[in-house]
Amino acid sequence: MWQNLPLLPEQASTMAPRVDALFLFVLGVAVFFAGLIFVSIVYLAVKYRRRADAAAPKLIAGSLALELLWTVIPLGLTMVMFVWGALLFVEIQNPPADALEIIAVGKQWMWKMQHPDGHQEINELHVPIGRPIKLTMTSEDVIHSFFVPAFRIKMDVLPGRYTTAWFEATRAGRYRLFCAEFCGTQHSGMIGSVTVLELSEYESWLSGRAAGTSTAKMGESLFQRLGCASCHRPGGAVPAPSLVGLFGSKVALEGGRTVVADEGYIRESIIDPRAKIVAGYQPVMPTYRGLISEDGILQIIAYLKSAEQGTGEAARP
Amino acid sequence: MSAAQTTPRIHYLNVSYGVRSWLVTTDHKRIAWLYLLSITFFFVIGGLFAVFMRLELLTPEGDLVQADTYNKLFTLHGVTMVFFFLIPSIPAVLGNFLVPIMIGARDLAFPRLNLASWYIYTLGGAFTLAAAAAGGVDTGWTFYTPYSSIYSNTHVALTVVGIFITGFSSILTGLNFIVTIHKMRAPGMTWFRLPLFIWAHYATSIIFVLGTPVLAITLVLVALERLFHLGIFDPALGGDPILFQHLFWFYSHPAVYIMILPAMGVVSELIACFSRKRIFGYDFVAFASLAIAVIGFLVWGHHMFVSGQSVYASMVFSILSFLVAIPSAVKVFNWTATLYKGSISYDAPMLYAMGFIGLFTIGGLTGLFLATLGIDVHVHDTYFVIAHFHYIMVGGAVMGYLGGIHFWWPKMTGRTYPEGWARLAALIIFIGFNLTFFPQFLLGYLGMPRRYHVYPPEFQVLNVMSTAGASILGVGYLIPLIYLIWSLRYGAVAGANPWLAKGLEWQTSSPPPTDNFDVAPLVTEEAYAYADAEGETGHPLGKPVDV
Amino acid sequence: MPTPMRKAKPVIRWGSPSMSETSTVIAHQFDDAEQQREASTLGMWVFLATEVMFFGGIFLGYILYRSEYSIAFAAASNRLDIWLGLINTAVLICSSFTMVLAVYNAAVARRRALQTNLLLTILLGCVFLSIKLYEYHMKFEENLVPGAAFAFPAPHAPAAEIFFSFYFAMTGMHAVHMIIGIGLLGGLLFRAGRGRYSPEYFTPVELVGLYWHFVDVVWIFLFPLLYLVGRHL
Repeated sequence: MWQNLPLLPEQASTMAPRVDALFLFVLGVAVFFAGLIFVSIVYLAVKYRRRADAAAPKLIAGSLALELLWTVIPLGLTMVMFVWGALLFVEIQNPPADALEIIAVGKQWMWKMQHPDGHQEINELHVPIGRPIKLTMTSEDVIHSFFVPAFRIKMDVLPGRYTTAWFEATRAGRYRLFCAEFCGTQHSGMIGSVTVLELSEYESWLSGRAAGTSTAKMGESLFQRLGCASCHRPGGAVPAPSLVGLFGSKVALEGGRTVVADEGYIRESIIDPRAKIVAGYQPVMPTYRGLISEDGILQIIAYLKSAEQGTGEAARP
Repeated sequence: MSAAQTTPRIHYLNVSYGVRSWLVTTDHKRIAWLYLLSITFFFVIGGLFAVFMRLELLTPEGDLVQADTYNKLFTLHGVTMVFFFLIPSIPAVLGNFLVPIMIGARDLAFPRLNLASWYIYTLGGAFTLAAAAAGGVDTGWTFYTPYSSIYSNTHVALTVVGIFITGFSSILTGLNFIVTIHKMRAPGMTWFRLPLFIWAHYATSIIFVLGTPVLAITLVLVALERLFHLGIFDPALGGDPILFQHLFWFYSHPAVYIMILPAMGVVSELIACFSRKRIFGYDFVAFASLAIAVIGFLVWGHHMFVSGQSVYASMVFSILSFLVAIPSAVKVFNWTATLYKGSISYDAPMLYAMGFIGLFTIGGLTGLFLATLGIDVHVHDTYFVIAHFHYIMVGGAVMGYLGGIHFWWPKMTGRTYPEGWARLAALIIFIGFNLTFFPQFLLGYLGMPRRYHVYPPEFQVLNVMSTAGASILGVGYLIPLIYLIWSLRYGAVAGANPWLAKGLEWQTSSPPPTDNFDVAPLVTEEAYAYADAEGETGHPLGKPVDV
Repeated sequence: MPTPMRKAKPVIRWGSPSMSETSTVIAHQFDDAEQQREASTLGMWVFLATEVMFFGGIFLGYILYRSEYSIAFAAASNRLDIWLGLINTAVLICSSFTMVLAVYNAAVARRRALQTNLLLTILLGCVFLSIKLYEYHMKFEENLVPGAAFAFPAPHAPAAEIFFSFYFAMTGMHAVHMIIGIGLLGGLLFRAGRGRYSPEYFTPVELVGLYWHFVDVVWIFLFPLLYLVGRHL
């Protein structure tokens, strides 16, 4: 709605005006009630100030009607805030299906971003305008938090787990990226920027960089190098579940449970293979804890996703 | 004015002399003084940490102290202020002094346990000071893992042991209050004749006894993990750092109600006395205290909306967080309504009480922004949060504490303080406080994260305003420190009831005798039975008039 | 004039095997013996509520990890000596029984029996702690103490270390509470010997009994949670 009101940060994403609108509603309610209380106190304190000639105050015990009134009205207003905020939150947490997937790894005290084409950026992220961007994030050490005020997004970045955030930028420009969870000495130095480019500029930026290996291809070569391919293929050395079309599918486990094969499941299967055993298989996969980095795991995930999507970019496992 | 403006010959302060008589006292009133000295000491220490922080934040660069030093400053500021000042302050000083007297008892249920509480508090404080002297701790007062359990190179274990020890002081104080209020009320003092100060301390004590033990075990686990490299919170070993956050906030959210409920109790007493009227909606205010204590245990996850917690859990915590705001709003409306057709005087305690209502209202309303999921994503871990909780803890709890100290100073010391200076100080504090913390709301929404040693230059103007305000606030706090000490020697003699207030504490001398009352009280009237001509006490109530 | 203190004069008779005519000493803050007894009892119950919250926190953590790593926890739990755990459980239950007897004997003014039962409770508590100490020693020998020396078969090692972290923390906290309990019982024993308790005044015995039973109940939860994960007869 209103672009760039004074005292509010820039609105540079699709979510920003919506967050600001909700903020202004709550602000309106807050200003109203704060003003009501302030004015009432000043007015009553002056009107009923102690005077020698005034009669002594009568006892007024209370009023059930008033109590109900000033319970129900705030309750109603807060429930509006809750519903509005919750609905907005669900949208903030759920990326659209066609989002461009970026990997972000936080570590003391820098951000490493990886584009699908394999290009890495440190403390910088270049994205096109008008395209949803989904960040899959993890930390190599302590808890960090990915915060871009202009987009009104924030999500903690955890070691040992993946969290996601998404945005769709609406204005070209360079916007500050902060770490918003205290992470040690240089916490306030873990600053970067997200640069939003018009589509044509983004194209030229992409092509301007040295051609590299895509993330999925990096994952494929890791998959070969670490010996995954020796079992996870038809006729492999040891029977192992097929990984074709794995990502996003439901997996039946020993003991009757089923899980969805998301990023976290794949990471866990690499780090702690005995945690969940696929039905009909033996728990013989060795653990790769300490043998593969967080970056590497994310590259393998990208590889498995690409094979599922049949992009043909990488050889099927 | 009341006739007896004399100090009794023998009272609790002069019944015995010497340091030893103070260090082995079991008199709840003397123990209150021991706490007063200790918490004032920690307030000054915590305030000094804040001074250095605000000085550093005058400029965007880190030019005053190094990054590690700054991180230790904000950590120790938080630890000192939360655990060693705010949590004990009103309960341990005013609560200890007044709870027995207000209910007509000779002392608390367990006086020796009360003294032990103070020693435990002091021991915990000593550990934490030792940690600070040995180089400090830099994890933030929230000790998030795995930074605190594995990565930090500072004295985490020593600090958490200090806090662990002090926690028992809280638990025992709460236990003492609960048993005292249940079992030792004077004849005629029914539950609904209790002053609202007592209801507030009862609700606070429930949180003390049920919440603090969870902090205790959480800190034990952090200390063990740090000392023995266990892995409970280490993801590399299969542990879950979010479990720490749940355990930590399960206590630390109710803890904020420990900090505010007693101040609300004080404000009820002040509004009633200085409007010369019973608090409007007494029953509702009493039950609101209990509701805040109970619902307050169910909202801890609102500190974790962007922690990776599930969306559904976040929604549950969000709606409950709105619910916990309602009883606080009810109290504010009832206090304001009490002023209607009252007879209001502007003595310093009343200025603090009115300031409390205004600032607590702002603080509470800004909590709504944080409870709103869509907004919290943006403002979590920014200066918006810092402004919010300082409005409640400093604009609220500290103002309530100062108002209470001024109100009961004559009772505790037998002396009055200089009213002119007191009103001036209240005004300076109000102005300084707002100048310090209001800009921080703006900083937060603009995106300045918290715990930042350096910051981008566009945030400087607001930071300078904030530091300017802090200097005014500091002056404001110094003034009462000076005149209150001055009044001990040179203040006018107070007399038993200088405010002509209702309440059992004003029916005994100033200062009171060791056993609080010369004659055991018999209660025949409701609380705040002001509805008769000024100066008269003890008249039974007529039939209340409902609006 | 300060309210006069109400103090009854204690009368101690040595050598009398059963009866002592001690009257209650009423602390000065209380109006009468009944108020004192009620306040003390409520105080102990409130304290036990705090203990429930204290142990509850770590129980919650344990249960969460147990459901997360059920296989590893079962494997780790099987390394605990179930027979020693069972013996300890029986020992503690017996000690609660002797504690009940002690309270009863205080109520019916049987001083010797009171002392005997207090002593038995203490001894049983010491037996428990000795067995526990022996268990800890065995775990140390088997490299099952979390930390640098921890060793466990490969796939489950990290989760097993978490199990043993909880094992030592929970049983360690429990043991600390038992040591405090034994200290309290020793105090009771000493005062019982002085003839301090009578049918009119045996509240401390009751309250320490409450505490002791609580510590017993904590073990009753600890034992199946820690020792009986995935066990089959």
